Amino acid sequence: MNKRQFTLYSKKVLEHFRHPKNYGKMEKPNGVGKVGNIVCGDVMYLYIKVSKKRNGKEYIKDIKFQTYGCLAAIASSSILTELVKGKTLEEAIKIDRSQIVKKLGGLPPIKMHCSVLASDALLEAIYDYLNKHKKPIPKFLNERHKQIEKEKKEIKKRYKKWTKLEEKLKEKE
Amino acid sequence: MPKQIYLDYAATTPTDPEVLKTMMPYFKKEFGNPSSLHRFGQIALVAIDEARRKVAKFLNCQEDEIVFTGSATEANNLAIFGVTKALKKKGIKPHIITSKIEHHAVLHPFEESEKQGIEVSFIAPNKEGIIKLESVKKAIKENTVFVSLMYANNEIGTIQPIEEIGQFLAKINKERKQRIYFHTDAVQAINYLDCNIKELGVDLLTLSAHKIYGPKGVGALFIKKGTPIKPIIYGGGHEFGLRSGTENVAGIVGLGKAIELGEKYKNDIERIKKLRDKIIEKVLKIPNTRLNGLKEKRLPNNVNISISGVEGESLMIALDQQGIAVSTGSACSSRELKPSHVLLAIGLSPKEAHGSLRITLGRFTTEEEVDYFLKVLPNVVKRLREISPF
Repeated sequence: MNKRQFTLYSKKVLEHFRHPKNYGKMEKPNGVGKVGNIVCGDVMYLYIKVSKKRNGKEYIKDIKFQTYGCLAAIASSSILTELVKGKTLEEAIKIDRSQIVKKLGGLPPIKMHCSVLASDALLEAIYDYLNKHKKPIPKFLNERHKQIEKEKKEIKKRYKKWTKLEEKLKEKE
Repeated sequence: MPKQIYLDYAATTPTDPEVLKTMMPYFKKEFGNPSSLHRFGQIALVAIDEARRKVAKFLNCQEDEIVFTGSATEANNLAIFGVTKALKKKGIKPHIITSKIEHHAVLHPFEESEKQGIEVSFIAPNKEGIIKLESVKKAIKENTVFVSLMYANNEIGTIQPIEEIGQFLAKINKERKQRIYFHTDAVQAINYLDCNIKELGVDLLTLSAHKIYGPKGVGALFIKKGTPIKPIIYGGGHEFGLRSGTENVAGIVGLGKAIELGEKYKNDIERIKKLRDKIIEKVLKIPNTRLNGLKEKRLPNNVNISISGVEGESLMIALDQQGIAVSTGSACSSRELKPSHVLLAIGLSPKEAHGSLRITLGRFTTEEEVDYFLKVLPNVVKRLREISPF
């Protein structure tokens, strides 16, 4: 029960935690990204609604998140939705974790993975949108998607003991 | 809104003003080194002896059975490594036993002992967080020499049957070729439970000053006469040769006073218990919550709950933003990003462990503070559940 790292949270992180933006479930999203693992204590769902601009470019018209996790995870999700809302898909794909961290005024080293989780959730949501609508998927996005899937499996393997325990308990219920 | 509400007394307690007052002279006028033979030194030595007398009286042991240390962690290390070291020198191949719900200050020395080639058993608690005598019996082997079990758990507050286990060990020791030495980490128990070592039947007992309204940086180990033990710190031979290093005079004086004051506050325990029960009752009214650890055999000041759909660190910080200090067994709040080993050991799923909250009360907790906490908590939970996908 160590609290050392909490003092390291920036004002911006605390602010977004206290008043998160764009949270809750979205009705009829056309892209969803689900990342994280409850066993590790962080789960992020990101919903996007993609629409076309007058110039024909696709952009993220609406975005919402649901996050179970520490305040770094919640703040990262919240700031991500602010960063992404209104951006074209082309622009949104380029947003990476360093921008999230910068916008948050930094994160404690032990919490850096929360920003990765947020940027992964976005990429997964965009991937889901493109995939569902049979649109061409950029090579980089495809690769990252594969990587995320692989990591999910690895985490499952790593925490197999815990997952098993959880399953056992679920069976009991 | 009340300014700052502290509900984390199991982490540490504020130094009682009376304790602090007793300590003050030893920082200034009476700064002498107890090892010095001049007046300055002798005044400090007398003060340490006085504190030792108070601790011994409280535990119902002899004065020279008390060794002051720099922390309870150090006292636990001295007990575990000190006894096994002494027995190894006698040519015994020791087997030692502890539980899975010990504080890290016991668990990690046991893990280290295992790495050093000592045979180690970690007993599992039952689902309610109690170490049963039966499981101790099962773990005992011919070469078992040492058992260490905490008196009361620091996370879930469950009280372990130390007296029952102590009596059992005393009984079998009469017939055993190899005697089993019994240690208890009583850090959380001192203020609330009977710590008469004769009744508990322990050979070693650890206590800490800062958990009982004394200063940080002082612990003590009771070592029953005749217990084989070697020092783990070497130097000038202070504390009967078992803990070298110039004594923390003011701190030791503070520990003595804190122990003495604890007796005075015995009547306050009922009040704290009532507040605890009020919290348990009200908090469990929030949907999808559970109490971790048995309610009956529990420290009067401990509440530990799991709240589903909410992650513990978030909950803790959200409460902190409202001026309330509590603690959590969530992975996010630990250095290793692992959820509490205690909660996992009593069968909680990682998900339940992540959503745990520990509320611990103390001497200065008021009903007003408790009511404020109970007013704030449901709102904070509601808000976080709105953000959460579960």
